[in-house]
Amino acid sequence: MTVNEKVAIDHGLKKDEYKKICDLLKRTPNLTELAIFSAMWNEHCSYKSSRKHLKNLHTKGKKVIQGPGENAGVIDIGDDDAIVFKIESHNHPSFIEPYQGAATGVGGIMRDVFTMGARPIANLNSIHFGSPQHKKTKNLLRGVVKGIGGYGNCIGVPTIAGQTSFDESYNGNILVNAMTLGLVNKKKIFYSKAAGINKPVIYVGSKTGRDGIHGASMASAVFDEKIEEKKPTVQVGDPFTEKLLLEACLELMADDSIISIQDMGAAGLTSSSVEMASKGKLGIELNLNMVPCREEKMSPYEIMLSESQERMLIVLENGKEEKAKKIFDKWDLDFAIIGKTTKSKKIELYFDDKKVCDIPVDFLAENAPVYDRKWKKIKLPQNIKFKKQEFKSLKIENCLKKLLSHPNICDKQWIWDQYDHTVMGDTIQKPGGDSGVVRIHGTSKAVAASVDSSALYCFAHPLSGGKQIVCESWRNLISVGAEPIAITNCLNFGNPEKEKNMGEFVECVQGISEACKYLDFPVVSGNVSFYNETKDKGIKPTPSIGGVGIIKDYKNMISMNLKNKGNIVLVIGKTIGHLEQSIFAREILSEKKGPPPEVNLFNEKNNGLTVLKLINEKIIESCHDVSLGGIIVAISKMCIKSKKGIKLNQLKGLINKFNYFFGEDQARYLIEIRKENLNKVDKLLKENSVHYDELGYVIDDNIEFSDEIKLSVDEIEKTYKSWLRKYMVN
Amino acid sequence: MKSSVIIFPGSNCDRDMDVALKKFGFKNTMVWHNDDKLPKSDLIVLPGGFSYGDYLRCGSIAGKSKIINSVIDFAKTGGLVLGICNGFQILTETGLLPGVLLQNKNIEFICKNVFVKINDKNNKYFNKINKEILELHIAHNEGNYFCSDDELRELENNNQIAAYYCDEKGNCDDRSNPNGALKNIAGILNKEKNVLGMMPHPERMIDKYLSGEDGSIFFKNLLNNLKI
Repeated sequence: MTVNEKVAIDHGLKKDEYKKICDLLKRTPNLTELAIFSAMWNEHCSYKSSRKHLKNLHTKGKKVIQGPGENAGVIDIGDDDAIVFKIESHNHPSFIEPYQGAATGVGGIMRDVFTMGARPIANLNSIHFGSPQHKKTKNLLRGVVKGIGGYGNCIGVPTIAGQTSFDESYNGNILVNAMTLGLVNKKKIFYSKAAGINKPVIYVGSKTGRDGIHGASMASAVFDEKIEEKKPTVQVGDPFTEKLLLEACLELMADDSIISIQDMGAAGLTSSSVEMASKGKLGIELNLNMVPCREEKMSPYEIMLSESQERMLIVLENGKEEKAKKIFDKWDLDFAIIGKTTKSKKIELYFDDKKVCDIPVDFLAENAPVYDRKWKKIKLPQNIKFKKQEFKSLKIENCLKKLLSHPNICDKQWIWDQYDHTVMGDTIQKPGGDSGVVRIHGTSKAVAASVDSSALYCFAHPLSGGKQIVCESWRNLISVGAEPIAITNCLNFGNPEKEKNMGEFVECVQGISEACKYLDFPVVSGNVSFYNETKDKGIKPTPSIGGVGIIKDYKNMISMNLKNKGNIVLVIGKTIGHLEQSIFAREILSEKKGPPPEVNLFNEKNNGLTVLKLINEKIIESCHDVSLGGIIVAISKMCIKSKKGIKLNQLKGLINKFNYFFGEDQARYLIEIRKENLNKVDKLLKENSVHYDELGYVIDDNIEFSDEIKLSVDEIEKTYKSWLRKYMVN
Repeated sequence: MKSSVIIFPGSNCDRDMDVALKKFGFKNTMVWHNDDKLPKSDLIVLPGGFSYGDYLRCGSIAGKSKIINSVIDFAKTGGLVLGICNGFQILTETGLLPGVLLQNKNIEFICKNVFVKINDKNNKYFNKINKEILELHIAHNEGNYFCSDDELRELENNNQIAAYYCDEKGNCDDRSNPNGALKNIAGILNKEKNVLGMMPHPERMIDKYLSGEDGSIFFKNLLNNLKI
């Protein structure tokens, strides 16, 4: 095939991008070269729309060993231990083929983590679906959950936490974000930067097939009615091979044979070889005839673009080939020396003794286009004045029941029962809590992780929304007694070529950055997923934040289970009763307008650190952050988890009870303390200028509030736990 | 007491089992599936996981692996062989235990705590356990035990059923059956009572910070019985 502008456009390149390629090369590329450019220059690999703004993220901190730019971020957790972690999207493939899309998403992120020498110790996920009534939702949910479970369960890494939401904006574009945490000795971290000339380049893992060709380009474009035709671009996962690859890589990593290692993820052999060469400022020469292929007569074009899973590219020290081969033979994996590093600073590919590609590495990486796209600022919406008579006909009991059975609040056990969350024998907080917690094996330390997003807040006002999610992540970690250390972010947005969507992105990133900086909670890794759009309809802006924190002594971990009758429950933080953008306003009052709750970073930090202080002083019995649904939903969940009740105090002041119970003001926690500790807690909170209210005290069986609420916990448990199961069974 | 845990490619509860055995005083050795000899052992454990990917029938390839002949020989001379989860599936594939483990009735993977009622204590595994009901943990996709009527009769007549799924109070019925297993069967023994296969994972229940502690009872008791 002759390469021309049309062929380039069919490969997802823009006219001027094609011209730039010809100008750089000073000739017309051949088809393989064009494909390599298209793979490296698409949005997914090049970050061409986002790069300018990602630079503003707060990425530094005392405990950061590796920030963004590597396979995953790395943080120091004391002694010689470090945690490697990252979140990544697999949205487009999961919509086309939910099982394989989700499964390979999990596989990909685990490879990113063990590529750095870390053994994965926990998985998390953030998954978002269209309206429950939409005809595709149920099957997509079922397929995605099965796919995540199918992969993670087989590898034997526990899935310890997650988030699931439903919103009609995901009808045509579901979101599947997978996160993995791994443990590594901080002196034995492996990076992707190649070094040294004439070092053997090794291919290990599965054979290369024709699956996933153009996967990265597919993930860089909007969907249309021909979406079914894109099925072949979805990769097929083989968790068994990944398990072998994991064990083999970790075995080889035990000594110093490896110079650099990179997994073959999006854009497969192309992006892995280019990244290694680019970071090492050297060239790579490959003989594509040496690449182990699954199918016959694969062309250089197909070999370079295949996204077959479970493959790694390694630059080895000279003389270590035999030793490495032995390990991969033991694990029944392919091992092939396919090339070497060179000083040419070019990617040079040979096939059937002919040179089929000759491109300077810089053209693919550093010279990739960067766009400063136009974006629109989004103003803070005006407050809504809710009229008194709107509340008149409402009963708190009914509102509470409606919210507890709402798809975005209800119990998600149907999902996490299908994930092995206890394998590896260190899960001390299972899914369903504020954060999942796993112990660092054989030590007194534990690591907590949570994943959050708030698309409604981000949609109403991206700047506030961006800040809010970081704060929520921070609170979820503190609620289990963990010191928040760092985050990873998965930025899911619509079409960046539209000013509104681009504005959502820019301002969410700005919000995330401000909050991270203030809370000293840096971003160490992440990815961007644009073009979540089908037939001109984009998703609500949905950045997912994966937070990681450390518990020094796991025996001090806190859960949200109420402990003892007679204990007092306090609300930490001030309750104003902000209802706009709350689930109450939306579902009960049918009001979708107004600003999201204000984020006050000073209060957020001060309240959080003070709660952590109380936890460390061992005077908190249980703790839960207040988020979606406000105080009443938060305390209900605590009651349901522990099968205990609460007697709620009369309200002080003029606040409307609906505002009080359902408002979604930020920076708040519910904490349970013993009566005898009240004075001590009061003193500590006042010393630290933290506002608190007494919510009530723990009783048996019921949730009670004057003569207005008397609900048995059994009853609300049924309400809370039945929606999802019923939905999936029918 | 010496134990050995077999590692098949795709095993993923091998380390957990190693940790548990050592915690309660076994001297444990890990054995690779391609070895042909077993080290001298008082107990052989086939751990959970997805041996060889379990892409065929669960446990079928492991049931024909190199090391498995030594395991079969060991069992036939009266040696103790314990198969947990995938290990149970492998034992049925070798013929050391009758029946088969089908896909869970709800066609979903299930990971949760369950209760089991010990049926027969006349064996090294459960002898002297001072509890009738244990809280253990399951995590499997194929735990739905099934066998022919004749096999079931034989299992029952010889007291080979080790444990039944039940509720907290010991009731065995459909509601306390997590996966559709025939008669709520959670684990079975061979006729000679030296081979035990069960779906629940005692190794995941060995300290109070985990899902529970009843797994500790199982291991402590097993070690004590072996010492006699």
